Amino acid sequence: MDLQRKLAILADAAKYDASCASSGSQPRDSLGGRGIGSTEGAGICHSFAPDGRCISLLKVLLTNHCQYDCLYCVNRASSNVPRARFRVDEVVQLTLDFYRRNCIEGLFLSSGIVKSPDHTMEQVVEVARTLREDHDFRGYIHLKTIPDASDELIARAGRYADRLSINVEMPTTEGLQALAPEKDESAIRRSMARLRLRIDDTREEARRVVPIRALPGAAPAAAKPPPFAPAGQSTQMIVGADATDDRQILASSATLYGAYKLKRVYYSAFSPIPDAARALPLVAPPLMREHRLYQADWLMRFYGFGHQEIVAEPDGLLRLDVDPKLAWALAHADRFPVDLNHAPREMLLRVPGLGVKAVERLLQARRVRRVRADDLRRLHVPARKVLPFVVADGHRPSRGAPMPSPAPQRPAQASLF
Amino acid sequence: MHVRLDDPVDLDAFRRHARQLLAAGVPPDRVEWNAAQAAGDAADLFGAASDAAPPAALASAAQHQPVPAWFVELCGDVILHRDSQRFALLYRLLWRLSHEPALRHDPLDADLMQARQMAKAVHRDIHKMRAFVRFTRVQGDDGLERHVAWFEPEHRIVEANAPFFSRRFAQMRWAILTPERCVEWNGQALAFQGGADRREKPPPDAGEQLWLTYYEHIFNPARLKLAMMRREMPRRYWHNLPEAALIQPLAEAAAARSQSMIEAPPTAPRRIRAPVALHLRPAAGVAPASLGELRAAAHACRDCPIGALATQAVCGEGPLGATHMLVGEQPGDQEDLAGRPFVGPAGQLLDRAMAQLGWARDAVYLANAVKHFKYELRGKRRIHKTAGQREAEACAHWLDSEISLVRPQGLVALGATAARTLLGRPVAVQTERGAWLHERGDGRPVFVTLHPSALLRLPYPEQGEAFGRWLADLALARGTLSAAIAA
Ligand code: SF4
Repeated sequence: MDLQRKLAILADAAKYDASCASSGSQPRDSLGGRGIGSTEGAGICHSFAPDGRCISLLKVLLTNHCQYDCLYCVNRASSNVPRARFRVDEVVQLTLDFYRRNCIEGLFLSSGIVKSPDHTMEQVVEVARTLREDHDFRGYIHLKTIPDASDELIARAGRYADRLSINVEMPTTEGLQALAPEKDESAIRRSMARLRLRIDDTREEARRVVPIRALPGAAPAAAKPPPFAPAGQSTQMIVGADATDDRQILASSATLYGAYKLKRVYYSAFSPIPDAARALPLVAPPLMREHRLYQADWLMRFYGFGHQEIVAEPDGLLRLDVDPKLAWALAHADRFPVDLNHAPREMLLRVPGLGVKAVERLLQARRVRRVRADDLRRLHVPARKVLPFVVADGHRPSRGAPMPSPAPQRPAQASLF
Repeated sequence: MHVRLDDPVDLDAFRRHARQLLAAGVPPDRVEWNAAQAAGDAADLFGAASDAAPPAALASAAQHQPVPAWFVELCGDVILHRDSQRFALLYRLLWRLSHEPALRHDPLDADLMQARQMAKAVHRDIHKMRAFVRFTRVQGDDGLERHVAWFEPEHRIVEANAPFFSRRFAQMRWAILTPERCVEWNGQALAFQGGADRREKPPPDAGEQLWLTYYEHIFNPARLKLAMMRREMPRRYWHNLPEAALIQPLAEAAAARSQSMIEAPPTAPRRIRAPVALHLRPAAGVAPASLGELRAAAHACRDCPIGALATQAVCGEGPLGATHMLVGEQPGDQEDLAGRPFVGPAGQLLDRAMAQLGWARDAVYLANAVKHFKYELRGKRRIHKTAGQREAEACAHWLDSEISLVRPQGLVALGATAARTLLGRPVAVQTERGAWLHERGDGRPVFVTLHPSALLRLPYPEQGEAFGRWLADLALARGTLSAAIAA
């Protein structure tokens, strides 16, 4: 099979994974090295697919042969999709070629499980090793790890990769048991714990090394311990393939963030796949629900919201018509209006339309003077959204101001059940 | 006053002029700034020679005016903006910063906001250039391979952005051509030249088809979202992105493709391999025959609500037939992650105590009364919560199994939860500590003392003394076991 065809099949097979970030690794570049590549903190989206999703990494599967039969997955053993398998050097050459064109930040490699978890993991690690050691590639590498792979392989993966991830796949244990009976949820958790311990240990060690001055006058340098997944770990869960509600999904995420210090939880709206399993009726993916989950996730990570307080609706689902912050404000009308000149940061962060940066600016400004309503315009925040919830000099929301209506009848959401 | 700058992005020249004007007390509305369209473009478009430098009298009056460091940085960004009013704006800001002390603390000032917006636009352009430059491989006349790109930036960012590409593509010979400025990297140094013509854009090379194949297949037709795409990848960049030619055909076919997936009749599933053995749940109610079986069974246990949230069950460790089994309360955060008992702060305190007594850790069997970690999420941290009585009772049979497998001669209960589980009644640790008690049906004596985490919770001044007493307890438990068994 020629490379074009393999690439087509194995990119097709990888497009359902939502992870894309290429940020947060240790800064490095290729000056003085033998190869190419750099990472400078923030990742770069080099292109966008017509589905609006960013392309920053070459995202492919090493092979889409898989011996597991997870119902939601296009690569499951019982699916009739065409199969292909890359050789290690083919993925390496593709990565280098796309990188030289400046089309990508690096590689995101995943694989169907063939023969055994260790056999599969070994191939995945070998691609990363070749890139790093044979080609001195200093771009970003994200490897999907196989939960049951041996400790030694995971340690090697972490040495070459910037980020490691293990997908939890379904938000609940029951969901996983129902749709992916061959996957072991507690093995997934144990692997995440194992990654977290290694990441923590490596950071701790790096902090402990004492810089030594080699020559008089030279800057003290320290032999750094070998890195282990410096950009941390992430995971993905599929949304909408079972009946789990948003409240449960956010609780799962909060647990994952708290227990394993994940950098990101990605939500992937379950999407029609070619040759779908009979057990999963197909509908258009719940894209708006996925979007609201990302917004809610953001509230937990940057705005100090607890996972229990985000979903107010009795049915446990996020409102689709307004964003979760606005929904929270509407459900807690007694906490508003908030005085822009006096409210503490935590409360300013809860005002719909005010972002973290805008809040910082407001706090800074009010140290030297009073904040007026027209300051909001210059802050580039959506004043119409903010004004009903705040008091500032020259502004007080009128009673019964036009606020978005409280929760409407739930629209007929694309639901599988 | 008319100031002319020969280079549109020369920050130093602007600073020199501005400093002199400020020192001479020339207010912003009296200065008119002009700049060449591109560096080296010195031919004066305005005919008459301009007073490129202020009069000598002004220059000599120049004094250093301290401005905040962030302002200098802001100037560096804003000067790259294409807006012809940028110098006037920056000088006005400089003037106001030195005349209005409050300004530097007001992030909402209109001039400052405008400058920040311009800096932001420049940053965005820099970022988009990093993203959307596409190199094509060309064979040079000298036989050397080069990677060449054609790009049309919005602002004058080529010089500022070039070092990024040299850091990234250090071992590649490359050039980026733009209408105003071109830059070339020969593997050692950057060289800049005037602008190029669009016709110099290199033709596609043979390898480009792979990239197009990838682009076409990473797109999921069931998720078409063109508006989102356009926001991140505005149309103005499309004509220089090879993959952009695919957008329209992909978008047009998307609805039909996803509809046909939905409507496709299910095909007969095929099996390419035998199903993988499932992860079996150990049968309920059967006593495990080995520590390995015990571990596997406890992992799967959901007899109380704690099990579902923890990472794994943490069973004990140590030799079969150890004389002493030390029993703690339940695993904590670190134990939960590592799957081993007594590895967190309390475990380290226990290690210290045992080391002082010359008691090897692997001579005893260390276990917990409750096998899963119970916690409460607070923000992004898991805070330990003591297991309730019901949970401890539900869990007790695992410890019983462990005891019958390990067959220790005596049991040391660390803390109230362990004591209650082992003795089957509430225990006041402070009053009953320090002696072997004989109350268990299986005849094994139980020695009660504190849990190490109780010591960690004490205020610092009391810790030393409490540790001494605890050490004495442990020493007693170790030394008097044979007497206790005889009793
Ligand atoms: S704590 Fe004990 S009883 Fe509760 S689930 Fe875990 S092993 Fe079972």
